[in-house]
Amino acid sequence: MLATRTPTPRGAAPRRPRLGVVKFASCDGCQLTLLDLEDQLLDLVAAFDLVEFAEASSHRSSGPFDIVLVEGSISTPEQAEEIIRIRSQATLLVVIGACATAGGIQALRNWRDHEIVRRAVYADPAYVDALATSTPISDHVTVDAELRGCPIDPQQLLELLTALAVGRRPQIPNEAVCLECKRQGTVCVLVARNEPCLGPVTHTGCGAICPAFARGCYGCFGPREAANTGSLVAWFGRDGRPATETAALFSGFTAYARPFRSAIDDLGGPPGPAAPAGDTPSQEVGGDARR
Amino acid sequence: MHGGEVAVGERRFDVTGITRVEGEGSLRLAVRDGNVTEAHLAIFEAPRYFEQLVLGRTPDDVLDIVARICGICPVAYQMSAVHAFEDLLGVVIDPSVRALRRLLYCGEWIESHALHVYLLHAPDFAGLASAVELARVDRAAVERGLAIKRVGNRLVSLLGGRPIHPVSVRVGGFSRVPRAADLAQIRPELDDALRGALATMDWVAGFSVPDFERDPLLVSLRHATDYPMNEGRIVSNDGMDIEPGAWESAFQEQQVPWSHALQARDRDGRAYLLGPASRVTLAGEQLHPLALAALDRSGLATAIARNPYWGIAARAVEIVHAVAVAIEIIDGYGEPARPMEPWAPGPGIAAWATEAPRGLLFHRYRLDERGRIAEASIVPPTSQNQAAIEADLTAFAPMVLGLDHAAATHRFEQLIRSYDPCISCATHFLDLRVEDQS
Repeated sequence: MLATRTPTPRGAAPRRPRLGVVKFASCDGCQLTLLDLEDQLLDLVAAFDLVEFAEASSHRSSGPFDIVLVEGSISTPEQAEEIIRIRSQATLLVVIGACATAGGIQALRNWRDHEIVRRAVYADPAYVDALATSTPISDHVTVDAELRGCPIDPQQLLELLTALAVGRRPQIPNEAVCLECKRQGTVCVLVARNEPCLGPVTHTGCGAICPAFARGCYGCFGPREAANTGSLVAWFGRDGRPATETAALFSGFTAYARPFRSAIDDLGGPPGPAAPAGDTPSQEVGGDARR
Repeated sequence: MHGGEVAVGERRFDVTGITRVEGEGSLRLAVRDGNVTEAHLAIFEAPRYFEQLVLGRTPDDVLDIVARICGICPVAYQMSAVHAFEDLLGVVIDPSVRALRRLLYCGEWIESHALHVYLLHAPDFAGLASAVELARVDRAAVERGLAIKRVGNRLVSLLGGRPIHPVSVRVGGFSRVPRAADLAQIRPELDDALRGALATMDWVAGFSVPDFERDPLLVSLRHATDYPMNEGRIVSNDGMDIEPGAWESAFQEQQVPWSHALQARDRDGRAYLLGPASRVTLAGEQLHPLALAALDRSGLATAIARNPYWGIAARAVEIVHAVAVAIEIIDGYGEPARPMEPWAPGPGIAAWATEAPRGLLFHRYRLDERGRIAEASIVPPTSQNQAAIEADLTAFAPMVLGLDHAAATHRFEQLIRSYDPCISCATHFLDLRVEDQS
């Protein structure tokens, strides 16, 4: 995280940071999370100069931004151009949510033949201008910070914005969901009920909701740092669980993030129609392949 | 983007960014001699191909995946799908589970309607650009709206763990059900929200709306005992009355060159309108008595069906209804014997419709021998409303084409917002283009 405040000359009134909220391919849920901070919303918008947020205001700006929150994945040629323009207008670019950080659920198409997918939904695909892949923002431009989740957690968003408003580093933990379960005293669904759970390999932040609701974590905050997916895959396979079912577990909202992506490849790909022969499921398509 | 041929000497409006809607789209109007010859509401939200993403998945996987079609109404997608699967697989849910499903849906209606009424739509009636500006002139109103919205989100969180993309809905019931004591916590907030909802109704009834009337074909669910939500038959104001799974016998989707959303029309090619105004008109007698009384006091029951700007009043009535029903459900709640009924996967066609905040949401799935999804068709309300919105824009245009460009554009935007289009669902900004071809 970089310093966020423009130095204020001694004695001058501090300038409010220019904040933009933009979206690409997504469900709007992560930017909606800002509006869901009902108790803090009016104070938060007073701390920033909210210059661009099309869902909430008719005042528009194409930049420049001190901070821009980016929701959604890159999935059309126009989006691939627009994100480069937005990057050029932004001092700090923060990606929010599983689509922007990992490509989203729509990245499952990266394992499929796009033409077949497109023809199945649209009778005349010629009118539909989309890329063959759905990719995270970091495949296209440099990203300064990220909030994980599908959707992002409201408290993490509040922490991020508060930190940016006062110019400190946000405190966003990166441990596994498992630790949150232990702190909450939630019974382990994997150990107690042999319920497949991605908690050991998934980034914390949601509050370990799924195990608290008696089901396994489905990985919507994506892989935690140094996630040992190989060990977990082996555990799931101990009782004879078919590889296809384990692959389906990883084939969710952060499927295209490594190492979930590699686990899916090793297990034979996500559920659904098989990729055409000769197609390499996880070939890098477009953008830079740092992930 | 639009590629229309443009006559020399034409008058052309070209505006980007109709705002305060959920999603990216544009409007193009072609005008010749003061008449609109073409109105195209286009949806440019990037396609995400959900109907393909669910192939090969289990019914429970589908409930998690389809929620992601929309961050504003994820529960609606979960509800249409879960009912479709349970209907096919012969799963009979516990009456308390049925009540909890309705409570969850009430939560979503409350947060979605409060979002639209207060944060997206009300600023138009004050001539302002956003709720932030509205808060500068009437902070109490915006705070009231945020408080109502918060209760809706709290209900969804109590039942599903979080307000957006809740996790508990499973085929057969819920992965976990709340204790009565958990629900009782929220009662005081709901009592406040009921007062807030009634105040909302009085507030919006005092708005002044443009004088624009038409007589659309209205479609919604109707149920013997409940205001339409999870269950009911598909009915219209011209006599349609069919099973919810029979949507395809009465309507069809077609692709139009100007949009990423498929457009739906009835089998006679007619446009039709879904949503709060349709429900209030077709099933108003089923409203909670407090909501019905509020509607009567407003004197707007007829106007809601005829003037699209009164959609805000229909939403306000439904907030009263959803809060009042939520209170009743919580007061009558007894924990089910078990949270989930057991079920076995199987093949066949699963089809159902429920009432999303924006209108009837139809899902149809074909399941293979292993009970996995082999085919899916999801018809969101906004793609069904697209044709009706275009027809209304065409009828409305002569009223504003004499205005200067900025004023006319502003009026078109306001009309589009009155339908609460959720473009993320239908496949986000609206870009208005008016071409005078005379």
